[in-house]
Amino acid sequence: MKTRRDFIKISALGLGATAAAGGAAKWVFGDPVGDLMAGAGDESPELKTFPTYCEVCFWKCAGWAYVNEQGGIQKITGNLDDPQCNGRLCPRGTGGVGMFSDPDRLKTPLMRVIKNGEQTYREATWDEALNFIAGKMKEIKAKTGPESMALFFHGSSGNHFSHLMKAYGTPNLAAPSFAQCRGPRDVGFEATFGESVSSPEVTDIRDTKCLVLIGSHIGENMHNGQVQEMSEAIDNGAVIITVDPRLSTAASKSKFWLPIKPSTDLALLLSWIHVLIYENIYNEDYVSKYAEGFEQLKEHVRNFTPEWAYPITTLKPHEIRATAREMAAAAPAVIIHPGRHAAWYGDDVQRTRAIAILNALLGSWGNRGGLFFKEGIKIPEFPHPEYPQPAWSYHELNNGRFPLANEAVTNSVIESSIPADGKEAKIKGWIVTGTNLIASVPLKEQLNKAMQSLELLVVVDTMPMEITGYADVVLPECTYLERYDDIRATAHREPTLALRMPAVEPQYQTKPAWWIAKELGVRLGLGDYFNYKDYTEVLDWQLKQVGSSLDEMKRIGVKKTTRNTSPYIEPGTLHSFKTASGKIQLYSHELAAAGFDAMPVYTPHPEPQEGYYRLIYGRAPMHTFSRTANNRNLVALMPENALWINPQVAALWGFKKGQYIWLKNQDGVVSKFPIKVRLTERIRWDSVYIVHGFGHHHKPLTFAYGRGVNDTELITNVMLDPVMGGTGMRGNFVTFLTKDPGKEAEA
Amino acid sequence: MRYAMAIDTKKCVGCSDCVVACQTENNVPIGYCRDWISETVDGTYPNVSIELRSERCNHCDNAPCVRCCPTGASHFEDGGIVLVTHHKCIGCGACIQSCPYEARYSHPDGYVDKCTFCIHRVRKGEDPACVSVCPTNCMYFGDLDDPNSEIVNVLKNRKFKTLAPEAGTSPQIFYLV
Ligand code: SF4
Ligand code: SF4
Ligand code: SF4
Repeated sequence: MKTRRDFIKISALGLGATAAAGGAAKWVFGDPVGDLMAGAGDESPELKTFPTYCEVCFWKCAGWAYVNEQGGIQKITGNLDDPQCNGRLCPRGTGGVGMFSDPDRLKTPLMRVIKNGEQTYREATWDEALNFIAGKMKEIKAKTGPESMALFFHGSSGNHFSHLMKAYGTPNLAAPSFAQCRGPRDVGFEATFGESVSSPEVTDIRDTKCLVLIGSHIGENMHNGQVQEMSEAIDNGAVIITVDPRLSTAASKSKFWLPIKPSTDLALLLSWIHVLIYENIYNEDYVSKYAEGFEQLKEHVRNFTPEWAYPITTLKPHEIRATAREMAAAAPAVIIHPGRHAAWYGDDVQRTRAIAILNALLGSWGNRGGLFFKEGIKIPEFPHPEYPQPAWSYHELNNGRFPLANEAVTNSVIESSIPADGKEAKIKGWIVTGTNLIASVPLKEQLNKAMQSLELLVVVDTMPMEITGYADVVLPECTYLERYDDIRATAHREPTLALRMPAVEPQYQTKPAWWIAKELGVRLGLGDYFNYKDYTEVLDWQLKQVGSSLDEMKRIGVKKTTRNTSPYIEPGTLHSFKTASGKIQLYSHELAAAGFDAMPVYTPHPEPQEGYYRLIYGRAPMHTFSRTANNRNLVALMPENALWINPQVAALWGFKKGQYIWLKNQDGVVSKFPIKVRLTERIRWDSVYIVHGFGHHHKPLTFAYGRGVNDTELITNVMLDPVMGGTGMRGNFVTFLTKDPGKEAEA
Repeated sequence: MRYAMAIDTKKCVGCSDCVVACQTENNVPIGYCRDWISETVDGTYPNVSIELRSERCNHCDNAPCVRCCPTGASHFEDGGIVLVTHHKCIGCGACIQSCPYEARYSHPDGYVDKCTFCIHRVRKGEDPACVSVCPTNCMYFGDLDDPNSEIVNVLKNRKFKTLAPEAGTSPQIFYLV
């Protein structure tokens, strides 16, 4: 069937003839040891180094890119002065070279055209592509207002496009990292402590005595600083308690592993709260000074005993008590880790509230070994005219739902891009940068409908991810190793600045995001917002405002300064939290006023039918999202995801190790590709586990294509969090097919 | 001087950073590796435990690969590091067969390759690439003959094991357990 926006496979177009790559893949020096034993000399070649910070995940570790004589990136190492990484990148950062040298990269702008009645892409010049986009955006602005353009973003390029879109006049800037990931957690902590735990999180793992992981698998998620600090904590003899239906890597290093029945975490959290309060082992001094609503909480959890939680969670009451006592003994040097990807069951704000409340009862925020207060260097904005005031806010797109959403909700933006009830869609055009919505957002049908309805869809990426196949215009961004970006000035334990500068020139016809945004801005008549020729002017000006300079940062890469405030509550002082009353909200008036439970309540979630297993997804240390699945250096370590399945379950189905099977979910959706069976005692009988980010179906991703299963295609049951619009994705179940369902259908 | 490595299995998370760092440091072609991760799982759910280990050439004191090499390409360097001189290697693969750790591979350029303990870095006073990248800081490299070295210190204070001691090769990579 023909649609307005046929999916176009970029590969068919014989791209890449346009330019020669610097080609890091071809290394020139050979083995640095080589024949040194033959007396040929042991000097490894001198490589030029350039400061950068990593873009493979959001941790943004600072490092050095090493460039060889051929102009290829030889290796990337961590910057020793960066407290985010301490000179050690994670495998994905070390393997960042593979992002630069990927032969499948987008190489020139592409525009959708109709040729012989078929939709296809043609290579375009930047001028053509940008003029076309600017023309469309002007048209949309004139017809329905600038608010009907939306931005979807992730990563550093998002800053440049956010600036452009604000100047253009839209409030609809949506990051999947909110509704699909950390949003419920952030809102839960804000409702309790008045602020979120930030990114990187303000967890003082290095000095903790007790680390509780519930929904966090440090070591499989390689959030670098946390992995490093967990290791330090192990050295220091900290007690680690891990709650996970799977023996995660962290669980294997824990004193206590609680192999919980999936979906029942809130019951465990409530019974821990019960034990702390009714055994009177909570931090009474801290609670009386800093918290409100204790009596209501006490009454609320009266019946949530470990015996109550036992049949729900399958965790023995004595284990629940013992672990609560460990936490109390370590308090306040204890962390109930807030987790990160929290969009699970649709009651995720409430679950995270329970985590926040536990931290409050133990007195961890503001104490060494708990959660610290962050401090950062404020980088002033480069002067520009004030942004226009949009006529309406992103809240409009939520249709009266999600009152505590304090960022635009991706799924609402998508929904609002579809005309409904005879009414025009509110959103007419998208710019998508740095996020492959096809893999990051569930609800594929809705997404598809939305993309078919749009008047303009622009995708900016370095790789031909699935989303590029739906674009009217594809803009090839250069990788982080080829560009300047904003100064990294994230607030954390120590205030730091980090510079990213190009180690090599942009390859092919690719361009940095700042340039693309500026060029579009100029064409939209917004040149005043981009009052510079080169981004180095912005960076140098900004750095000089904070006592550094571009020259200095080019030399050192990272600059640390000393704190002006204490990371902990100073003895004898009274801290004021960022809530309206300055106190921690054990009972949330805000939630109550919005019509929600003021204190978390456990509700049971859907259970698998006979023959179905709960689909749990997570991370592998060598991959990030779906963006590393084509990176040659990293796929060499893990080319595909496998289905973790308990050997007893596998025996029931007669599965052998390494066999390929298809997954079918509760709504009859079958995985596009088969997945390899991995028999392991590390997983429960009622669940299966796969690593997120595989199963790419876009052929131009020549390495990633067809390897493994994409979890989000099987996530058709999405439980929306009524508080902030999070898309709960853990209520999906799969069964197994041993024959190729495609072939079956043909037969 | 006797170079050796100690690797803390209590801290290793099996992330494979050591593998990628080795690859980019030593131009190991994609699809091959000088170091790798093993996971051993013990027990049945939920009474189950795992051990993660970063493995590579053990730079054995009593190295069968050196003994069986017909050309002398495989040899000992200072500090007991076992190396292959590429231009002397005829690619016969006898060493690959003799290694109980499967630490060697045939390089597409026609010689046998394996971990060098990053001798080019060590001679400059740096740690091997894998050791210096490890996010959990779980690897210790040093001289067993230096009583003040960190590696001697950890081996004094921790329980450790070696792999396949029964092969009699006297391996020099120690796993802290
Ligand atoms: S944690 Fe790893 S991927 Fe993330 S920024 Fe740091 S080095 Fe890069
Ligand atoms: S880098 Fe360190 S933690 Fe990661 S697998 Fe290697 S030894 Fe283990
Ligand atoms: S010591 Fe060097 S050559 Fe050996 S595994 Fe480590 S990085 Fe590779």
